[in-house]
Amino acid sequence: MSEPAATATADTSGEVDRTPSERVDACVVGAGPAGALVAYRLATAGYDVVIVDAGPRFDPDSRPDRMERAIRPGRGSVWDMGGERDAFSASGDRFYPLNQARVKGIGGSTLHWQGMVFRNHEADFERRSRDGVARDWPIDYDDLRPYYADAERELGVAGAADNPFAPPRDEPYPMPAFAPSYSDSLFADACERLGVTMHSVPNARNSEGYDGRSACVGYGTCKPVCPSGAKYSADVHVRKAEAAGARVIDRAPVQRLETDSSGERVTAAVYATPDGSEYRQEARQFVVACGGVETVRLLLLSKSTRHPNGLANTSGLVGRGFMDHLFVGVGGTLDRRTRQNHVGYITSECHEFYDDPGTATSGTGGAVPGSDADLGPIKLEFLNYAGPSPVEMACGGNEWGDDLLETLRGAYGNHIAMGGLVGQLPNDSNRVTLDRSRTDAYGNPVPDVRWSLDARTKRTIERATEIQRAILTELGAEIGSVVTPETTGPAFHHMGTTRMGTDPAESVVDERLRTHDVVNLSLPGSGAFVTSGALNPTLTIAALSLKCADAVEKSL
Amino acid sequence: MELSRRDALAALAGAGVVVGGGAFVLEPEEVTFEDEGPTPPDVVETLVATAQVVYPSAVTNLDEFVETYSVARVEARPAYREGVRATVTALDGYTRVHSDEERFADLSAAGREVQLQRMGVKSAEPDPRGTTAERIRYYVVNELLYALYTSPTGGKLVGIENPQGYPGGSDSYQRGPPE
Repeated sequence: MSEPAATATADTSGEVDRTPSERVDACVVGAGPAGALVAYRLATAGYDVVIVDAGPRFDPDSRPDRMERAIRPGRGSVWDMGGERDAFSASGDRFYPLNQARVKGIGGSTLHWQGMVFRNHEADFERRSRDGVARDWPIDYDDLRPYYADAERELGVAGAADNPFAPPRDEPYPMPAFAPSYSDSLFADACERLGVTMHSVPNARNSEGYDGRSACVGYGTCKPVCPSGAKYSADVHVRKAEAAGARVIDRAPVQRLETDSSGERVTAAVYATPDGSEYRQEARQFVVACGGVETVRLLLLSKSTRHPNGLANTSGLVGRGFMDHLFVGVGGTLDRRTRQNHVGYITSECHEFYDDPGTATSGTGGAVPGSDADLGPIKLEFLNYAGPSPVEMACGGNEWGDDLLETLRGAYGNHIAMGGLVGQLPNDSNRVTLDRSRTDAYGNPVPDVRWSLDARTKRTIERATEIQRAILTELGAEIGSVVTPETTGPAFHHMGTTRMGTDPAESVVDERLRTHDVVNLSLPGSGAFVTSGALNPTLTIAALSLKCADAVEKSL
Repeated sequence: MELSRRDALAALAGAGVVVGGGAFVLEPEEVTFEDEGPTPPDVVETLVATAQVVYPSAVTNLDEFVETYSVARVEARPAYREGVRATVTALDGYTRVHSDEERFADLSAAGREVQLQRMGVKSAEPDPRGTTAERIRYYVVNELLYALYTSPTGGKLVGIENPQGYPGGSDSYQRGPPE
């Protein structure tokens, strides 16, 4: 239950014109980073673009209130998620908490995200060739390299070229990296003794003023909300697209895509509006960028006589091969102050175990043992927000006065922790389908996320925590928590459900992000990922989207 | 540790409430409510009286801090104004039934603590539309705790000068603990 918030969302009056536009070149469904970047590029190239999104246009002035929602209990969903619009099922071996980190609205889930942005490693595009697992991507790092540089400029990335394990790059990051934290300095001594390399983290967060947005001012609530706007969110490019002439229709969930009689071209996106009306937005090109779950649902809801298994689903692969990254972490306490929770972002990581997760290291005072097991990539993080936030504890506890202060002083100050990610390989049993037994607010079947963990992923989780435990032990921490294959959770990176490839029988989109089956339908975003690696996916989503925008523009 | 009007303005800035460019601060008497119920000074007195219970004894000058923070929040947030006034009415109503005083703020500090305990506020889940205890926890107690522990002085009590919710810049995380 939330306190009524008059400024939470702009435009609830119903006076906004949500009727379709005429003579539209491109209709973009979804206003997250993929859709926003494609729309921006096409609009600045002079094309008529309409962006349609299921959620609202959030008032930037509501962000401090949303931050308060994040910190104080009883204030409801930070980004207004939940309810019948967002209903879902999770029928796999493991429950998938779909609504925990996604946002519907202008900006999409980048409103909520952490903001770490990495280029995939070269090996991430070649898992079959290098590791004998899954498939290679139909593109390689060099194909995406100029788009990565472009994406870094667009999002505004603060970083440094000090990561010896990162793929090659020609240009500096647009902004200098955030300086290491005091907590990082504690880790640095232990890592040096073990021969483990630390380096900076590229952040889509302003370390100095950039693109009309301020430098980070340290609210410490990056995820789920940055009140200052220093963290990139895709509403930035929606605004830029609008400035270039694009039109936005918010609070308008697309119900289905209609095709012509041949089934080879999409003719319209049919969307619902808050007043109960339904409209058809026609366009020459359609770009669906609703994330790895809702994009699948829209394609499956768009089945027709020409596409009886769902639109663009001749391969039967739409929704199959769902992948996520899994969180790995070890936490504990030290006998000294660690200075956590001043900021909400990470300043140091370790990618030494990414391309070679079994590698052994040794340093001046010890070693991390190697492993011969078959493992996937591992990304390690040195957290700056280990342990409790005092204000969250204060508002969520059942004490006050001196008792509360004593509890806060006892709980805050000595925590230390590492986090990280490992990835899954695509597995056809992990998939997104329609649950026809449940419907959403519009009478459509809800998405069903079937999710499980395979043995290789579980082994990789255990390997990651073995390394983390070694580092924390060397640091002298009293270890308090270790993530296991049973207690891990998803990073909410929905990948692989509209896989990219050259063979229409083995993939949904081609290397241009265009569906094999429907000539004017493109699906940028993480659904196209062939394998997941273990790096936060948004920079790759952005790079693919810019690549997609080039291809769509050539078709117009 | 002394709280100040500057602390209140800092907490307000974190909460997105800009008070007259940081220079002009409303007094409770300068705020008006059009309908019947607790007046702005009544609301502020109740919040100050509650702060004397829920804030640690280590902080001083909490009257000015709470007054500055609360008046601005009441002025800037109509939904909060409505909720906190109804909650103050409920608090005072309980006081009248269970004591010889007319208002919660008139009770001694010990009496206020006892009343809040008896009403179950300490263990209540904060909920703006919940039971009386849950609304007191939400509109009064947590409002005060949020103000204190997102302010630099409140943070320093615990050992963090840039607490979550306060835009304290990007230097403090780089510094080690004070000698």
